[in-house]
Amino acid sequence: MTLSSVDLVIIGAGPAGLAAAIAARESGVESLLVLERESEPGGILRQCIHNGFGLHRFQEELTGPEYAWRDIRRARELKIPILCNTTVLSVSADRKVTCVSRDHGFQTLQARAVILAMGCRERPRGALCTPGTRCAGIYSAGTAQRFVNLEGWMPGKRVVILGSGDIGLIMARRMKLQGAEVLACVEIMPYSSGLNRNIVQCLNDYDIPLYLEHTVTDIHGRDRLEGVTVSRVDASRRPVPGTEIRFDCDTLLLSCGLIPENELSTGAGVVLSPVTSGAVVSESLETSVPGIFACGNVLHVHDLVDYVSEESFTAGQAAAAYLQAFSAPAAGAESLIQVADGPGVRGTVPQVIHRSCGREVHLMFRPSAVFRNSAVVLSCGGETVLRKKAMIYTPGEMVSIPLTGDQIAALKGDTLTLSIERNA
Amino acid sequence: MEQMITCISCPVGCRMTVTLSDSGEFLSVTGNTCPRGARYAKQECTAPERMITAVIPVRGSDTPLSVKTRTPVPKALIFPIMEKLRETEVSAPAAIGDVILPDVLGTGVDIIATRNLP
Repeated sequence: MTLSSVDLVIIGAGPAGLAAAIAARESGVESLLVLERESEPGGILRQCIHNGFGLHRFQEELTGPEYAWRDIRRARELKIPILCNTTVLSVSADRKVTCVSRDHGFQTLQARAVILAMGCRERPRGALCTPGTRCAGIYSAGTAQRFVNLEGWMPGKRVVILGSGDIGLIMARRMKLQGAEVLACVEIMPYSSGLNRNIVQCLNDYDIPLYLEHTVTDIHGRDRLEGVTVSRVDASRRPVPGTEIRFDCDTLLLSCGLIPENELSTGAGVVLSPVTSGAVVSESLETSVPGIFACGNVLHVHDLVDYVSEESFTAGQAAAAYLQAFSAPAAGAESLIQVADGPGVRGTVPQVIHRSCGREVHLMFRPSAVFRNSAVVLSCGGETVLRKKAMIYTPGEMVSIPLTGDQIAALKGDTLTLSIERNA
Repeated sequence: MEQMITCISCPVGCRMTVTLSDSGEFLSVTGNTCPRGARYAKQECTAPERMITAVIPVRGSDTPLSVKTRTPVPKALIFPIMEKLRETEVSAPAAIGDVILPDVLGTGVDIIATRNLP
């Protein structure tokens, strides 16, 4: 076993890890290493062959592989080493990173700073408590996407999609275009968590029915899936007897939410938020463990890769600043502002702001429901700091509220609360 | 003739009703809350277009090549173009932006590679 020293280790070479590495290098970090478990960098973008990425960052609509390529090319220009086929097994609180690969075997790296950029994974069948048999033919939408787009084979011919998240909608269209029949998309909530654009262009374009307030209540088939039963649910999301519809299908795709992949983070003692399932971070995206930063979907699930890149640039710059500081900033000595979720607001990141940070901070969160003609209200010490009105806030679209360094310095209390008020 | 559509210009998702003449000309739209909605309604009801993305097989490899239409194409051509792509096979190498099928089905739009195939 070898123990090498690296200033900065970045875990994951998806859009978050790539952007963090680029920003760290551009901020002067000489010694850095990116670890990636897949055979190539790019992360989930590699299999997202549809277009629509990069509108904010590049003012163009790129496909996933094209978006990833821009960062991979830049990382190559900057001679950033990316170790692929390398799985990280553990990270310790003192920043020892243990990893394994065929080429290099088992290694432990001593890092001075670590950026967690492992992304997220899909909620699996086991977490959905779906009844029925354990037959073949049930996949997460992202797994099917990988089969079709990266491995070149179709998982089935007659498909039902459970959940109307964007990946599910995108896969409804992909399966249809590649020759399958898509019978239905079933959503337990009264609204889709996917973008309007995807409802129109992935379902309506192909006459695929969307069953809102419905869910799969039985799964049939012994070896291979033969069909599913779909039932309407009541206001408390319990199935209503007598509303069953049977679909004969050989494939069920699950698109029921994404969960940040934080096993490594908890191993290092990083404190997680029960709301985002990602780390609790400050405005510099530093976790509760000094020198360990987090960005991208491992921190909180984003809708747009553009925002993942933006956030990860911040993490890369912050890690560079941490490495360049001769001594760590005196912990506890500085005045902190806690960021709290009020009514209508879920999972605001960052959770803590240093009052004297002197930089613009983007507060990002998800609305807890659909709000029409409402306003996001920031209040602190009994004063309203900011109101931002909009015609609609929906859980499917993350809200980002910028606060300047001056606005932060002027806050009068120790808790900044975000809420959504109707009919403002 | 009336047609109901959902606007995709922003998250509001206005439900719009578009009135067309018997010959399919755009006459009016109601239900939109901004000019972007009206523009989208007119385009969508008279000459709807879509980008197509797909994968095509690569000779001697399990990993397919991802491709796209360089610009949006008429919506009615989605399935004919997919049919054409199913008959297409490529050989390595290819780079992002390489033309895989020029002027697909006479649309004037090229099918181009969206990933590098070493």
